[in-house]
Amino acid sequence: MEFDVTSLSRFQFAMTAMYHFLFVPLTLGLSMLVAIMETVYVMTDKPIWRQMTKFWGTLFGINFVLGVATGLTMEFQFGMNWSYYSHYVGDIFGAPLAIEGLMAFFLEATFVGLFFFGWDKLSKRAHLATAWAVALGSNFSALWILIANGWMQFPVGAVFNPDTMRMEIADFGAVLMNPVAQAKFVHTVSAGYVTAALFVIGVSAWYLLKDRHSALAKRSIAVAASFGLAASLSVVVLGDESGYSASEHQKMKLAAMEGAWETEKAPAGFTLLGFPDQEARKTEKIIEIPAVLGIIATRSLTEKVPGIKELVKRAETRIRSGLIAYKTLKKMRADRAAGKEISSVDKAVFDTHMPNLGYAFLLEPHLKDADGKAIDVTKASKEQIDKAVPKAAWDTVPRVSPLFWSFRAMVALGFYFILFTAFFFWRSSFKGGQFSRTALRIAVLSIPLPWIACELGWFVAEYGRQPWAIEGLLPTFKAASSLTEADLWVTIIGFVALYTVLLIIEMRLMVKYIGIGPYLDDAYVEEWERKRAAQRAALNHSGAGPSPSATPAE
Amino acid sequence: MVLYELFDYEVLRVVWWVLLGVLLIGFAATDGFDMGVAALLPFVAKTDIERRVAINSIAPVWEGNQVWFILGGGAIFAAWPPLYAVSFSGFYLAMFLVLAAMILRPVAFKYRSKRPDAGWRSRWDWALFIGGFVPALIFGVALGNVLQGVPFRLTDELRPLYGDPNFSLLGLRFLDNLIQLLNPYALLCGLLSVAMLAMHGGAWLGLKAGGVVAERGRAYGSIAAAAVIVLFAVCGALLPVMVDAYAFADPASVKVDGPSNPLYSAVTKGGDASWFANYSKYPWMLAAPALGFLGALVAFIGLRAGWEAPTFIASKLSVFGVISTVGVSMFPFILPSSIDPKSSLTVWDASSSHQTLFIMLVSTVIFLPIVLLYTAWVYKVLWGKVDEKEIEANGESLY
Repeated sequence: MEFDVTSLSRFQFAMTAMYHFLFVPLTLGLSMLVAIMETVYVMTDKPIWRQMTKFWGTLFGINFVLGVATGLTMEFQFGMNWSYYSHYVGDIFGAPLAIEGLMAFFLEATFVGLFFFGWDKLSKRAHLATAWAVALGSNFSALWILIANGWMQFPVGAVFNPDTMRMEIADFGAVLMNPVAQAKFVHTVSAGYVTAALFVIGVSAWYLLKDRHSALAKRSIAVAASFGLAASLSVVVLGDESGYSASEHQKMKLAAMEGAWETEKAPAGFTLLGFPDQEARKTEKIIEIPAVLGIIATRSLTEKVPGIKELVKRAETRIRSGLIAYKTLKKMRADRAAGKEISSVDKAVFDTHMPNLGYAFLLEPHLKDADGKAIDVTKASKEQIDKAVPKAAWDTVPRVSPLFWSFRAMVALGFYFILFTAFFFWRSSFKGGQFSRTALRIAVLSIPLPWIACELGWFVAEYGRQPWAIEGLLPTFKAASSLTEADLWVTIIGFVALYTVLLIIEMRLMVKYIGIGPYLDDAYVEEWERKRAAQRAALNHSGAGPSPSATPAE
Repeated sequence: MVLYELFDYEVLRVVWWVLLGVLLIGFAATDGFDMGVAALLPFVAKTDIERRVAINSIAPVWEGNQVWFILGGGAIFAAWPPLYAVSFSGFYLAMFLVLAAMILRPVAFKYRSKRPDAGWRSRWDWALFIGGFVPALIFGVALGNVLQGVPFRLTDELRPLYGDPNFSLLGLRFLDNLIQLLNPYALLCGLLSVAMLAMHGGAWLGLKAGGVVAERGRAYGSIAAAAVIVLFAVCGALLPVMVDAYAFADPASVKVDGPSNPLYSAVTKGGDASWFANYSKYPWMLAAPALGFLGALVAFIGLRAGWEAPTFIASKLSVFGVISTVGVSMFPFILPSSIDPKSSLTVWDASSSHQTLFIMLVSTVIFLPIVLLYTAWVYKVLWGKVDEKEIEANGESLY
């Protein structure tokens, strides 16, 4: 690996984004679970649900704050490290980020303070509303950031403006309704819900193993398991594979994930196990399940799933078309600079080839003269172009084996989560919440798994996007800022140091607060029991039978 | 006619220039007092319980306030993409320092009270101080540099390149870029910014904290308010002396509704150009610096006299005045280029497209009032002072 500005910038972005995403999924899911628990509390008035809300709320808070803190980096990093990207697509990409702030961040951040500090200042219902506002805000933020991310994978609704040298919005509705963004949103929030469910089940299982807080733990497992089962079914069944047929590079990503070098006849088989070989351009298949890939990827039995080699051929055509767009663009700009009108012929040619303009940029690294100096893409000779096109076309293929294995690991984990949550759902709902010690131990050990699955998912989505920053429009190497390598090293070392320290502190606090266990609202519980007893006495006095009340907190 | 053409491109650009100011001022007026309190923490609060009074006065609201900062980033990205691209990559290491300090802050709020030992708490107190002081200083330094122009140029394909080839102190590009930002005029602006937020933090403590913390907050706040008046005057007086202003070479030829390409219009640096020119052209703009001074003066008197809400409002208005002064002085410039004036970003050539500005305006008109409404409700719920008694009574559930 070369330590140039682009790869260092990629490394830093990947690191800060993946670190940020250690905290996001738990925020997404736990905010919902806490809101559900508080809803039960408000409906039933039982102190144990208040205690559960407060306990999981405390852990939520420890996690939430790091999500917020590391999110700051994400908001500014596009400008800091990807300034050409910011210029080139800011007209489209900036809007969802700004709306995310307006619609989502204010909501969650304003009400999270009241959630923690407003217990004695608000009525029960008003406090419940703050919990839902936080959950809603977190989930809205996922919606908008995934609309932005979906657009990077499948940039719809935008046109290139030769005057401003950037992409500009043409159809905002298309950006909002982007099928890739929708698939990603459902997939990502579901993954967050699964993460929180396994976290709650795992921590509760630990209490049961230690024979502590069993009433709280069993109720928590019951809520988390049903929530988690629904979410894990959604995350696998509504996986974002459906988005992978949406566009050319999404198809490439799919082919790379499957190690599918050749186009097979429909419906294509799914290589369960195999060894992809980038150099030989083939995959040694060990176990193959017929027809499954075709059905998942195309939702049909007759449509083919194009292989890598076919997609590279298509990329060659697009590069040549892009070159025409690039040359016409230069001419149009020269005319404009000379004060001449742009000819309608040029305009028409450009409009035809504009969707492939980004492919022409892929030639840049392959056009160097004998001294290694870059040759202007629009001025290269025919021989130089002919030599560069196949190389550039093969650049559109991401590294196959990391994608192949990450994807399989993620899917395997997804199926494990279904079995896991189904088991705990069944035991809590139909077996009176009795769990074997082995099951509880497995639950504790499973706590980290959803995080691994989430990070693998992002890796597949974004590493698989390479060589593009914006698919088909802007290669990553062109998107980076004109910084020096020293700049990058300073910030990489800085972020690594800061983030490592914060992660250690966060984990230790989490463990400490799980160890302390739920905060006992003794005064509150006593008050509740006193009222309850008075009610019962009144009922008995009036001749009615004793009410079938639930037991209060342990 | 399409919907977004309801508003002229020119009008939308001016509206978004105003909204850019609203966001910066919103940030300084809300999160500003959080930063002010954090920067004053070592001075106004000596014991742990005093510190907890100061911290808990902002505990439930800092998180919402901080969103103004994030929204500022997002809105600049959406409405002024070239500004987002040039400024954050240009101020790269300064921006990293801001981020690192601002990352420490939320964590310090949340984690400080999670363990009782003094060493732990004192380390987080330092983190809070850094999280308040460093961003306050750097934001002021940044504005000081914006007034002077920043060493960037745009290539033909509008790629921003950063760095002054004539400035080399250490011979290391990345450090020289940072050092060049720390010039005398910019540092003066940095001090003004720190004083302003300290005044604002002091006014907040006077309003929300009880006991000795409020008293000290008022005392330090009033010193800061006096410093604001002096520094604001000094910055203004030195501006024409120390700083070259920018102007369009041919104002009549500038197309206010043209494409957003900064290279399409020529700009001159120095010469007849003056950052005070707008005030003779539009005398109403003098309201901005007047408000800056007047607000700080009333805040000074209020802090001395022990007024609460009026002082805080006066301090807010002063923040509003000072920041608007920078904006209106420079209009229509947003980010001038010191090494290649032609590349300078202005209101007329650095915005996003007509349609995006319209979409963003619609979103803002829908969501911002809602945000302001529920934020006001939250402040109302939390109305009342935080004092040592409350900390002692509810210690477990507070920061």
